[in-house]
Amino acid sequence: MSLEFTSSEMMSVTAARALNNSMTCFVGIGVPSEASNLARLTHAPDVTLIYESGTLQTKPDVLPLSIGDGELCESALTTVSVPEMFRYWLQGGHISVGFLGTAQIDRYANLNTTLIGDYREPKVRLPGGGGAPEIATNAQEVFVTVKHSKRTFVKDVDFVTTVGFGRDGKARDNVPNIGQGPTVVITDLCILKPDPETKELVVTSLHPSVTRKDVIDATGWNVRFADDVKTTPEPTARELKVLRDLKARTHAHHAGQQ
Amino acid sequence: MAEFLSLQEAVSRHISNGDTVCLEGFTHLIPFAAGHEVIRQGKRDLTLIRMTPDLVYDQMIGAGCAKKLIFSWGGNPGVGSLHRLRDAVEKSWPNKLEILEHSHAAMACAYEAGAAGLPLAVMRGYIGSDLPKVNDQIKFIECPFTGERLAAVPAIRPDVGVIHAQRADHKGNVLVEGIIGIQKEVVLAAKRSIVTVEEIVDDLGAGVNACVIPSWAITAIVEAPGGASPSYALGYYDRDNAFYKEWDTIARDRDTFTAWLNDNVFEKGVA
Repeated sequence: MSLEFTSSEMMSVTAARALNNSMTCFVGIGVPSEASNLARLTHAPDVTLIYESGTLQTKPDVLPLSIGDGELCESALTTVSVPEMFRYWLQGGHISVGFLGTAQIDRYANLNTTLIGDYREPKVRLPGGGGAPEIATNAQEVFVTVKHSKRTFVKDVDFVTTVGFGRDGKARDNVPNIGQGPTVVITDLCILKPDPETKELVVTSLHPSVTRKDVIDATGWNVRFADDVKTTPEPTARELKVLRDLKARTHAHHAGQQ
Repeated sequence: MAEFLSLQEAVSRHISNGDTVCLEGFTHLIPFAAGHEVIRQGKRDLTLIRMTPDLVYDQMIGAGCAKKLIFSWGGNPGVGSLHRLRDAVEKSWPNKLEILEHSHAAMACAYEAGAAGLPLAVMRGYIGSDLPKVNDQIKFIECPFTGERLAAVPAIRPDVGVIHAQRADHKGNVLVEGIIGIQKEVVLAAKRSIVTVEEIVDDLGAGVNACVIPSWAITAIVEAPGGASPSYALGYYDRDNAFYKEWDTIARDRDTFTAWLNDNVFEKGVA
């Protein structure tokens, strides 16, 4: 019997499954935070979650609205200063996974969270890079999760805030002391991974009931598919329950009902 | 030794038009009361520096205090855009705002270098990013020992650093608890510093490894209960997430914003 679930739930559950117990994960706000905590509350109870506000090994009961909510600090093993966070823990090489969201992503997994349009006269000014530029280079690998649409999946990003593999796919070649970059991109339609040679993102798995045409229609470049495209496993009843409970608790908390 | 002043006196005496000012607090302990006093006193042409310009800078920019913003993430956390910041950048309202944009790691390093009295910070950063193309304060240097290419940014040495903390004792020593962010660094990097606190106590109750800033490293202490609201002070009050969401509506429209500013900043004043 098949369960009912939304494409957003499919994305969060799939992203959660990318994490395991032995990982030390630098968590971005939004879907990465939702997925990371879902992993912690299901198959990876000992995954180490770190937010850029300095909270190490945090275990929030509800999802934070911002990376510095009190819940993160109170449930953390310890809290360090922001310079220590970036210099020792991130740049020092202690982060296995940087888990990021984005406003735009291109075929070489470069991320843009800075603006749409021209830098000096933007059509839309976005918040900016924050921790992401160095998370993406100093973490051993990067997971990206983002909703799939032509507005988001563009051939070339308007601005490279955070490097994936550069505009030619070669930005990481021969650069010492940095991580391997994005290893997986998880959307509400599919999973993409960089081609080992060219670094262009290739669809490796389609979510249940999603067609190749759905992905092609939502991608701003001529997207390629792996030789062996898999079907992403559906969420389990437990994953859906834990995710829905987490979201309900979070909603109640932020609405001030708790 | 730090001098105990009222908020009005501290801002009036230590912040002048044209100064470079940092109000810091990484999502926690954001000095809103001090920011509102800067608005009330009509300070102008400030260069505002802050890693995460959130609502307090949206308010100060919308009120016309700023000519330049140096920052690394300018949004309403978990909610979306800062509409006053966007209006200033995109449409020069209420005045043109120059921006200089960094990443968090670079600003954290730059504050640390400022606190350490060094001219620059060196980091493994900005690899492959377009930020160095739009910010001439980002350079690359070669490590003299390994030959590795590293990013360099100038130290932050503001005229005035402003933070909020939980407590000060009667000598003016300050205890910061919880998410301590970049607060100690901004006080040490600044020429002058103002620390607003929830309360002044006989005994700080600081553990041996607590984050304490000694009185002799601070210029002025101000008792300002609730001074971080609608952000939060761990152990005193929670973050008002509902207001952060409501701000999106208030700030979206110039008239609504102006009315809010009149009602909640100019008319209320300080006690």
